[in-house]
Amino acid sequence: MLIKPASDIKPSEITPESVYRSRRRFMAESFAAAGTAAALPAGALPAAWLGQREVRPGQPIGEDLTPERDATRYNNFYEFGADKGDPAAHAHEMTVDPWTVNVTGAVAKPGRIDIGALLSGIDLEERIYRLRCVEAWSMVIPWIGFPVKKLLDKFEPAGDAKYVAFKTLHRPAEMRGQRSLASSIDWPYVEGLRLDEANHPLAIFAVGMYGKVLPNQNGAPLRLVVPWKYGFKSIKSIVEIRLTELRPPTTWNLSQPREYGFYSNVNPNVDHPRWSQATEKRLPAGIFASRIKTRMFNGYDEVAGLYAGMDLSRHF
Amino acid sequence: MPPLGAQKAVLFVLLGLPLGLLGWDVWGELAEPGSTLGPDPQEAMLHRLGTWGLRFLLLTLAVSPLARLLRRPELVRLRRQVGLWAFAYVLAHFTVYLTLLAGLDPTVLLGDVYKRPYITVGLGALLALVPLAVTSTRGWQRRLGRRWKALHRLIHPAAIAAWIHLLWLSKASYQDAIVYGLVLAALFGERIAFALRRRAAKAAR
Ligand code: HEM
Repeated sequence: MLIKPASDIKPSEITPESVYRSRRRFMAESFAAAGTAAALPAGALPAAWLGQREVRPGQPIGEDLTPERDATRYNNFYEFGADKGDPAAHAHEMTVDPWTVNVTGAVAKPGRIDIGALLSGIDLEERIYRLRCVEAWSMVIPWIGFPVKKLLDKFEPAGDAKYVAFKTLHRPAEMRGQRSLASSIDWPYVEGLRLDEANHPLAIFAVGMYGKVLPNQNGAPLRLVVPWKYGFKSIKSIVEIRLTELRPPTTWNLSQPREYGFYSNVNPNVDHPRWSQATEKRLPAGIFASRIKTRMFNGYDEVAGLYAGMDLSRHF
Repeated sequence: MPPLGAQKAVLFVLLGLPLGLLGWDVWGELAEPGSTLGPDPQEAMLHRLGTWGLRFLLLTLAVSPLARLLRRPELVRLRRQVGLWAFAYVLAHFTVYLTLLAGLDPTVLLGDVYKRPYITVGLGALLALVPLAVTSTRGWQRRLGRRWKALHRLIHPAAIAAWIHLLWLSKASYQDAIVYGLVLAALFGERIAFALRRRAAKAAR
């Protein structure tokens, strides 16, 4: 069961009408008429390119979910502006259907492939993860997706592939942040992982959240979610996946190498020059909210083996 | 022009409005969390108070150029109130930081001042404004005589420090820093041009 019974839904969680309208564009016709999202049939994930899908429910983690309203209206997605509200206000300008992803580099079967075809035969599951932003705030989000490894394996990575590089859509006509002259970011946004990080079972591609197709401002139609790393590693609206032998460049590392490393694992012991990383603010927070302690790897200790023997204060 | 008292009253309402609206939103937020200030109300308060503090600091600096431009020297009589409002917003901004973010813990403040350059310059700007607010009364103006004017030139480094504060906390976009920077540059440019003109006029006499 993905869609919560209506009685469980707090008023604050119900998607506001305006946001719902902006989503209509990529909802299948039959669902567009449904009125509110809560009225969708259980287990359904409607998107024109996705079709009807069953989704395996996720395991609760004993922490409150961030209300959907906050997770979809308080975003960093600088392609749409620098304020937290800009992505929700402007991301509807991005066309996500049709969408193709180019899988290339050190793979046996490279190719540019339509998002629908890319996802065919891949089972979807819900994953409830903490999301820790480098700005020292965090949320708990029920993603819908599948392990990164499942997708990569379809293209048969070559033996010498060591890294995976990802690229976000670059389309200034639909992404106003990319048109800004005041931006300090070099578009398109690029990110990367070591191949063994990408193949870790916790690393997923998401296509949905809160039982629905991913809203544009959260990285539709396909985004990465790497819960033990700072949020900016979880690149959105992916158009290219390239397997490489050499470590790929990553956007924030290029812009401020001393502030953002390639790994960017959540680490309370390594401070960012602007924010202490020892604690975080769990959102939504009240006026008098106090901070909670940040955990190594955001509490996902099972990834520690990936970094055995590495000095993580140097490889931050 | 309406009498000075009426001008001052209108100004009081206008410049106090952003604070009043924020107070209203804080009230709503306390009554129903999440209703007015978004998922991170502390950040929203900091943002609004800091932004208006900077705007009113620039407005204070704009009063004498405006008086010259409009040939209305009496406008300068409104300057003290603008400056005091700027100080009030900045002080409230700092108070939100000190109470809600730093939890009144002096080691947090000192750690930030030491480690985070944008906080260091921000505090520098605030501290430079303190003596100006204190000596803004007519009594102090009389007591300090010519030194009052010299002292109140501290607003120039304070404004520059406040702008650097904004520049250094900008992350993905420099848009705000550029806009406020251009305004600041124009205000300083006008002052320099005015000083040069005055010197030339003196030399010609
Ligand atoms: C003249 C003095 C000051 C002015 C005009 C000023 C103005 C500003 C402005 C315009 C912002 C950006 C708001 C935004 O875009 O979110 C800001 C943010 C901030 N200021 Fe100040 N500020 C001053 C002093 C201070 C002081 C003394 C402190 C603390 C010691 C401080 C702490 C902060 C913090 C923590 C932020 C938020 C940074 C972030 O978003 O990460 N400011 N300030």
